[in-house]
Amino acid sequence: MENYRTPLRRARGLGSAKHGVGHWISERVSAIALVPLVLWAVFGVITLAATDYYGAVAWISQPLNAVLMVLLVAISFWHMHSGMRVVVEDYIHTTLSKSALLLLNLFVCGLAGSLAVFSILKVALGGA
Amino acid sequence: MTETTPGPRARPLSPHLEIWRFHATMVGSILHRITGVGLYFGALILAGWALSLAAGPDAYQAFMELLGSPLGKLVMFGLTLSVFYHLAKGVQHLLWDAGTGFQLPIANMGAIACYAFAIAASLAVWAIAWMTGAL
Repeated sequence: MENYRTPLRRARGLGSAKHGVGHWISERVSAIALVPLVLWAVFGVITLAATDYYGAVAWISQPLNAVLMVLLVAISFWHMHSGMRVVVEDYIHTTLSKSALLLLNLFVCGLAGSLAVFSILKVALGGA
Repeated sequence: MTETTPGPRARPLSPHLEIWRFHATMVGSILHRITGVGLYFGALILAGWALSLAAGPDAYQAFMELLGSPLGKLVMFGLTLSVFYHLAKGVQHLLWDAGTGFQLPIANMGAIACYAFAIAASLAVWAIAWMTGAL
């Protein structure tokens, strides 16, 4: 992005946009939240693998399972968006490719996460 | 007009992989990123599971059969390893962020503990799954 900087901006040399700390902290906070959620989810998967469709509907219909599942999906997608963003920023240095991949990352996480949350709520609220 | 080229100092770069000697913490760090990217696709499988559940019994059964196939089981075992490795390494990173555990022997032991935890926890979970008839 160097070529978009004005001479005044370069002369001042203020460096980054000062958003880095917020991103760094949100990645850590979501990581801490995911520790118990993921451990719970592993045993959720074992439970679900041993049952059929109706068992899965009954499982996700329990308020605690539905809420933890929504939290797991929302925080996971938030966290993985942050992580993939750093990976793209580390390895892709062409402005166009980098922007396209960052947008793709955001849209994939937003779409897949929203679809998952809506699906969980639909089944949990008895619409299945 | 005065030229302002010196401007800001050059920003620090991420270390380049090829200048690092192979050692436990270096492999551990690379695996943390690889398993993170793997879990990205694992989360998309989770979203697919939720979608198939909302789509009804037939779609759900088809999705679960896909996950239960030999290839599906292989992917799921890889995801189990990735979950536990990324979890353990993430905790080590949080400790590093807190400013502790940087002494070389401790950092190396931590890296090896992460490998061991990932393998042991994955085997334990799959053993439980096998005993409860989930496989």
